[in-house]
Amino acid sequence: MPEGDGRNMKSLDFILRRLAKAFFVVIGVVILNFLLIQLAPGDPAAVMAGDAGAGDAEYLAQLRAQFGLDKPLPVQLWNYLSGVLTGDLGYSYRNQLPVLDLIMDRLPATLLLTGCALVFSLVFGILFGVIAAWRRGGVLDSTIMFGALLFYATPLFWTALMAVLLFSIKLGWLPPFDMETIGANLTGWARVKDIAWHLVLPVVTLGLFFTAIYTRLTRASMLEVMGQDFIKTARAKGVPKGRIIRRHALRNAFLPIFTFASLQAGQLVGGAVLTETVFAWPGIGRLMFDALLSRDYPVLLGVFLITAAMVVLVNLIADLLYRFVDPRIEQGA
Amino acid sequence: MSELLSIRDLTVPLPATADRRYAVEGLSYDLAMNEILCIVGESGSGKSMTANAIMGLLPPNMRPERGEILFQGQDLLKLSEPALESMRGRQIGMIFQEPLSALNPLMTVGDQIEEVMLVHKVGDAAGRRARVLELLDFVGLPDPKSLRDAYPFRLSGGQRQRVVIAMALALEPALLIADEPTTALDVTTQAQILDLIRRVQRDKGMGVMFITHDFGVVADIADRVVVMEKGLIVEQGTVDQVLNRPQHPYTRRLIAAVPHGEGRQNQVAQGRPIIETRNLKKTYRSGGGLFSAPREVRALAGVSLQLHAGETLGIVGESGSGKSTLGRAIMKLMSVDSGQILFRGQDLVPLSPSQFRPMRRHIQMVFQDPFASLNPRQTIGRILTDGPVANGISHASAAAKARELLSMVGLAENAFDRYPHEFSGGQRQRVGIARALMLDPEVLVADESVSALDVSVQAQVLQLLKSLQERLNLAIIFITHDLRVAAQVCDRIGVMCQGELVEEGPSAQIFDNPTHPYTQKLIAAIPGRNWDPTTSLTERVDA
Repeated sequence: MPEGDGRNMKSLDFILRRLAKAFFVVIGVVILNFLLIQLAPGDPAAVMAGDAGAGDAEYLAQLRAQFGLDKPLPVQLWNYLSGVLTGDLGYSYRNQLPVLDLIMDRLPATLLLTGCALVFSLVFGILFGVIAAWRRGGVLDSTIMFGALLFYATPLFWTALMAVLLFSIKLGWLPPFDMETIGANLTGWARVKDIAWHLVLPVVTLGLFFTAIYTRLTRASMLEVMGQDFIKTARAKGVPKGRIIRRHALRNAFLPIFTFASLQAGQLVGGAVLTETVFAWPGIGRLMFDALLSRDYPVLLGVFLITAAMVVLVNLIADLLYRFVDPRIEQGA
Repeated sequence: MSELLSIRDLTVPLPATADRRYAVEGLSYDLAMNEILCIVGESGSGKSMTANAIMGLLPPNMRPERGEILFQGQDLLKLSEPALESMRGRQIGMIFQEPLSALNPLMTVGDQIEEVMLVHKVGDAAGRRARVLELLDFVGLPDPKSLRDAYPFRLSGGQRQRVVIAMALALEPALLIADEPTTALDVTTQAQILDLIRRVQRDKGMGVMFITHDFGVVADIADRVVVMEKGLIVEQGTVDQVLNRPQHPYTRRLIAAVPHGEGRQNQVAQGRPIIETRNLKKTYRSGGGLFSAPREVRALAGVSLQLHAGETLGIVGESGSGKSTLGRAIMKLMSVDSGQILFRGQDLVPLSPSQFRPMRRHIQMVFQDPFASLNPRQTIGRILTDGPVANGISHASAAAKARELLSMVGLAENAFDRYPHEFSGGQRQRVGIARALMLDPEVLVADESVSALDVSVQAQVLQLLKSLQERLNLAIIFITHDLRVAAQVCDRIGVMCQGELVEEGPSAQIFDNPTHPYTQKLIAAIPGRNWDPTTSLTERVDA
């Protein structure tokens, strides 16, 4: 099958080229962040020295030498880059732990939260969007679109705070913060249930905002597709309305939704700073927030690196998946 | 004769905001089994509205006010939506104007044809799949087995139209409605699709309702004809009656506007050409990577031509022949790979954009789409004066010139302060011509400039171009897919095929004695070749 071979070669070609590009993008991001962070006011050594309670010049110089902060900037950058390439993201002054360990410790909690929020918002956003488009101009449409506008316009942290106030403090239905019940030391199935219970509020608050976006996107996309010629062709064939929506309209309307979802998925790692802070969720967002306050630059740089790598990786996967979603896409073309 | 379809006094009101009260009013006509009825009219005549009413596919804000649509004795207007659904595709099939958008891009061709049988619960899975192959073969598509699993984007426009026809025929409906099914196709493809529809109609004994704006197509395919104007039927009868002895003034006007093969009296151009191209080459390349060769399309394969002042050179060809590339190359809107473009003896090809800029005013373009080519947020005055002002002419004198040109192209003085959406397609194209003339060009490139217009409007715009040419001694490159139009307005015609100018000569010669096989094929494919619209009008005078 020469044609199949050619196709596979093309895909391989495409993936290799994209991977090479991705590598340089990530390195570029690392360098840029490294340089930008030097512009920030404040001296990490001074912060560390302050924490240690000894602010004399000699100790500061010692700290600087210990962490290589006394070397010229290009040398520092080179040291950092060569570390990154060997999987060493540096050492957190503050936590006294390698940065990579810190990030890996926090990553699962963040992925759980943002992944669930993504699924939640996709499922309900598409559902509401399709219903609104189907019942265009009706009461249901107006109600859905009003709700979507409301959650789109309300700041996330406000929704989060109000949700905690109502469901945790007033009604006492759901735990207000953290990922697990502190000190319960649950194991097995009980632990899973406990975590799920803690997930509800943060996932729904974070998810509602994106649900609103997907609802609007789906509705607009559905209405556009429903106006296209091939929908009329399907009607002229005698295809019932439900099947037209499912088989013809939704599949085509899904393309822009997929594009947006892949953008959102890329930010799964770094995108939940507010939610994690409000709900005291032990994830990357919180880690970044704390690192920022304590000028823990290696941790910040590490989080930025992981975030950038994730965005690039998810985009690559999305581009590969696109050919299954849309047969017209040919890689390399 | 048994009537398959009888429309009686069908009246559909338009929404209150429209410029007339009814989309169609008091429509009555019959369609028998085994005949092809052509509904002819210009845009806005309501001809497609009737088809949609029959299919129950009218927009939700339009409901028939009175009348009936009797299909095999049953009034379709009284049927419920589920009843109509089971009738669509099974007893009435429909094909559409735009084959490129009529198919779902994300579903294979086979699945889309099979779906008709699936939703009407006909046959089992294996039987349906076999029937798909049979249908693909029947509509003349090559290699049905591999085509079945292909997505529409792999197919050409003509092939897609065959797929749509296969879909409409899947359950052998008694009535086939074809809404401008060949308008978007090249002339040779159009001829094939018309043949196919005729063959299908004869084989299956169907009734066909064929909607078109093209009298040439009518002459080729119709048994009977209904002529519509602004929602009303103005004339109906057999094809011979309507085409050769038209009674109603509107029909006569339409037929008079049909472009026909009578070439204009051309004098052989003398002297030095104003524009000359020598061995112009351009190849488009796309894709390509580490392991794959780039795809190459030869758009211009060494084109040499000459154009003199006051002369119209037609460039005809099918889509993809390179005719638009040629126009864009001469405008220097794109680079060429090699060759020369001489304007008054000076080669334009090596000029940098800044060197060419002062010369741009001499060569101007009239675009195809009168709707997309005018900025909707600018007044006509602004659109016209932008170019001259950019070329250093004062606002006041540019405005004066714009007003003069507006009246020259037959628009009212107050058009200057109005916006494009306030004008019809024909009027906008007049604006487009005025814009092109603002800089006193010596050469006009008109790329499909009348293709989007109704036939009567088209005739007016062509007339305008001709009179402007005589007045201003313009040299015009007239790019078109329509040989009839080219024959009527051009002194000489160049025929392009796959980037090559395969034949060039005086219009009459190209039309009457084409020498290249491709030109012969093109001429043979022109719809209505055996019908001469001029005789139908003169006969009437004799009678």
